[in-house]
Order: sequence, then C-alpha cells, then structure tokens
Amino acid sequence: MLEVTSLSKAFAGFKAVNHANLAVEKGEIVAVIGPNGAGKTTLFNLITGIIKPDSGRVLFKNEDITGLSPHEVCRKRISRSFQIVNVFQRLTVFENVQISVLSREKKTWNLFTPSASLAINETDEILESVGLLKKKNRTTALLSHGDRKVLEIAMALGGNPEFLILDEPTAGMAAEETSRCIDLIKKLSQTMGLTILFCEHDMEIVFGIANRIMVMVRGGTVIQGPCEEVRCNEAVQDAYLGGSDVCLM
Amino acid sequence: MSRKTIWGLGAGIIVLLLCPLFLPRFYVYLVSIILLYGLLATSLNLVLGYGGIYQFHHAVFYGVGAYGTTLMLTKTGLPAIFAFIAGPLVSAAFGLVLGIICIRLSKLYFGMLQISLGSLVWAIVYRWYSFTGGDDGIHGIPMPEMLSSPKSAYYFTLIITLVSLFIMWKIIRSPFGSALQGIRDNPVRSEMIGINVRMHQLLSLVLAGFFAGVAGSLFVVVDNTVFPDMLFWTLSLEIVIMCLLGGGFTFLGPRLGAAVIIALRTFVSTYTDYWALVLGIIMMLVIFFLPNGILGYVEEKFKRGFVEPEIEER
Repeated sequence: MLEVTSLSKAFAGFKAVNHANLAVEKGEIVAVIGPNGAGKTTLFNLITGIIKPDSGRVLFKNEDITGLSPHEVCRKRISRSFQIVNVFQRLTVFENVQISVLSREKKTWNLFTPSASLAINETDEILESVGLLKKKNRTTALLSHGDRKVLEIAMALGGNPEFLILDEPTAGMAAEETSRCIDLIKKLSQTMGLTILFCEHDMEIVFGIANRIMVMVRGGTVIQGPCEEVRCNEAVQDAYLGGSDVCLM
Repeated sequence: MSRKTIWGLGAGIIVLLLCPLFLPRFYVYLVSIILLYGLLATSLNLVLGYGGIYQFHHAVFYGVGAYGTTLMLTKTGLPAIFAFIAGPLVSAAFGLVLGIICIRLSKLYFGMLQISLGSLVWAIVYRWYSFTGGDDGIHGIPMPEMLSSPKSAYYFTLIITLVSLFIMWKIIRSPFGSALQGIRDNPVRSEMIGINVRMHQLLSLVLAGFFAGVAGSLFVVVDNTVFPDMLFWTLSLEIVIMCLLGGGFTFLGPRLGAAVIIALRTFVSTYTDYWALVLGIIMMLVIFFLPNGILGYVEEKFKRGFVEPEIEER
C-alpha cells in the first residue's frame, strides 16, 4: 500500500533521513523503531508532505505522492497524529474533530451555514469510538495529556483515512492510559481495517501490536521484517544494546 | 447565544435607532463615525483575531474603498448605487492582490511586507493629483438626495453596519470560520487534516478587504470627503489598537475598542493636543491587566460562573 524508496533529506548537511526504505501492506500494523534522532519523525514528515524530500520516492496505492503538500496527502486518505500534542487549543474537543470531518467533506468553503449544525453525528461517532464522547464540550486546553493524545488520533480519524500514521501515540501517557491507547490502536486495525504505521520507544508496545518492524539508525533503514526476525538481528543489537547478543525483549 | 445577549443587542439597536431623534447634530455625526470605525475594526478582527494573520496595514482597504466610491461618484455619471457597490469590490480586489503577494510569508514577515505594499498604495494616492486629488483629497462629494442629510446618512450607516456585522458573524460561525480559527491555532495541524491553509487565509483577506471597503464607502456618505490619510499606516495602527483594546478574540470587542478610541480622540483632544498620551496610558494598563481586551475580560468574568453547569446540561 505504501512504498518508500531511498528517501533522503538533509538539514544543513546533516542527513536526517538517508536512503530510507519502507513497505507497508494493506491491513498491516508496522512499527518504526530506532534510537533518538534516528529520523523517525522526519520520515513521517516526509511521507505526509510537511517536509519535501531531497531525493527518493513515496508511492501510495501505486500513485506517486512524493512532495505533495500536506492537505493533498490528506485527501489521499492518509492521516497522522503528532508526537508533540498538536491540537486546536482554544476549541472544544468536539470542534477539533468536527473541523477535521468538515475538511474531509470539503465544506470549509461554506461561508453561511452555521458549523454547529454540521457533521454532528459523524463527529460524535468518532468521539464515541475513541472514548472521548463524555468530554466533548471541554476546551482542549483543559484536557489531560493522555486525552489530548487520544484526541490527536480522533482528529486523524476525522479524515476517514485508510492509512494512519501515529507518531509515538503513547508518549508521556500514564500506564492505564497507555493500555487503553493500545486497545484503541488494535481496535482501529481490526474493526475498521485501517493500515497503521507508527513509531514508539516502548518495546513492549511495539512487539505487542506490530506485525512487522522497521529499524532506523542514523536516518537509514537497517532492516524491515517480522518481529521475530528483528528481535535477534545483529545490526539491531548493535544499535540498541551496543553489540551484545541478547535479543530485544 | 444566550437570551441575555439577545436582549442586550436588541436594546442596543433600539437605542441606536432612536439616537438621531434626541441627539444634537454633532453627536449624530460622531455616532456614525463610531459605527463605521467599529465595522472597520471588526473587519480587521476577522483576519487578525480569528485568522491570526498579522494584517498591519488594514487602512489601505478602508481608503481604497472610500476612494473607489468617491471616484465613481465624481468621475462617472453612473447611479450612486454602483459607486457604493464598486468601493467595497475594489477593496476586495486589492485584498486579493496584496494577499497573493504577502501570503507566502507568515506572521511578522507578512505584516512587514503588507505595511510596505500598503504604503506604496498610499504614496500613489498621495501623489496622483490628476486622479485622486493628491494630498488635498476630494471634498464636497455630491451625495444622492436620499443620503444628503446627516440623519439619513446616519441611518444608512447604521443599517449597512448592522447587515455587514451580521454577515461577518455568520461567516465566523460557518465551517469556513471554524477552519480559519483552526488555522490560527495551529496551521500545521490544519494542513494535515486536509485544509488548504493559504487559500483559506487568502479568502479571509479578501473578505476583510471587502468589509473595510464598506466602511470606507460609509465614511464618504457621512463626511463627504476623502483624503490620503485614510490610507496612512498610523490609522492602521489605530485599528489594531481598537481590536486589542476591545478584545481580539471576541466578536463585538473591536467595536467597543473603536468607540473608546473615537470618543477619546474627540473629547480629550478638546482639552489637550496630547490625547494620544492618554490613549497610550490606557493601552498599557489594558495590556498589563486585561490581556484579552475589555470585552474579553467581561466575557471571562461572566463565563466563570456559568460555564460549568452548561457542560453538565448537554
């Protein structure tokens, strides 16, 4: 479904992403792991058009989407959440998701119908599915960190995506919130049939939900394969454990 | 909108309707000016407060609207109605052109470029004697009979202002308005949920230009003059101050700010030439103690007591 070939991006000479390769099949959950600064977030930014790549190609459903702007990428039904919480702070939980739904329905050029009367059911459904319905009238700034991360996912769902990119979905969450978030990701994959690409530092989560894992070190792809294969791969052990031959997890 | 607000607004409108019946001529003129400046400030607030775009030289569109209407009235024989339609449309066109050039830049850089280009328009108007009357401006602009008395000019201004405000209020509550506020809060996120940020911002600039042009045309009706100072950047600064003073995140705030500033300028300047000093002090106090402006503060106070039960109800 998604195929990234030899994607590269340098910032002032520093190769943040260096010939990265990645393939995600329909219905899969793929995790990207790697040490801090390996270029995971930059890779996601390149795929979603927030940053333009220097070279390489991104194919989505056999269509070249390299270098499209973010709103065009979103129209291809690729949605993402952000590592650092990135929501509309002054708006309510409901409005945050509603904008996303309205945008997908291309209604944001409508100047005269009150927003309050549009996309209500669909927005409620999304909030229900992620468990935020009870908090829908709260101003986002008053939410807990965990809820805001979940709201991120809800906003991404507003675009009715086929392909969901989650940048460290559980970062900074309390243990209980984390387990709820993992259940949510599993549910999105199983019941809604979404293809999911995510990155995460917590190996327990990675090996718990991913079908396949891509390991990134210094901007490049070290290996991509099923969990078992990645666990005891030498290069991965080098990167994570400084060369000891203990398997991850 | 709560019932209280509706009653308040209704009462306000009735008072405004009755104003000319008991106010002396000068005050009718003054209230007209306050009304149209309020419209001007609200049009800026559409992009500044709701859109988060640093439109620092908004007076350009006000002046262009006024000149557009005036030149149509004086240089062509077309019925006056066309002049009043042309003014705002020319402003909107200027909004589009300046917008296309400036929108590539963001935040302060947008503001800087906008001031420069706006000043260019001012310089042209200031120098082009044969067309715009240069630094003299144009005086004694002929008005259609219907609008020639101060009273009828007042009612015209009041009606057009109310209609314009209503339209802007609708726009802010529309999906477009939501998208615009989303862009203000978080442009990157807006892009990522599929909103074409630049195009939405551009449309908001055109709309703001249009309503500033409406205010400009109204000034022609009320004062029967135009002069290049209407496009000068100090006026733009004054409009920005109106927004900040009244409350940039509230709909009626800029209108209140406009009233305060016009009143100060009119009454304090009869006692001292340094009325701007008084404004400066008030502005400092507002920034320190009411960072959300006067109306922003009132809303906050008002909400503190009422917002919680509202959540429970729904």
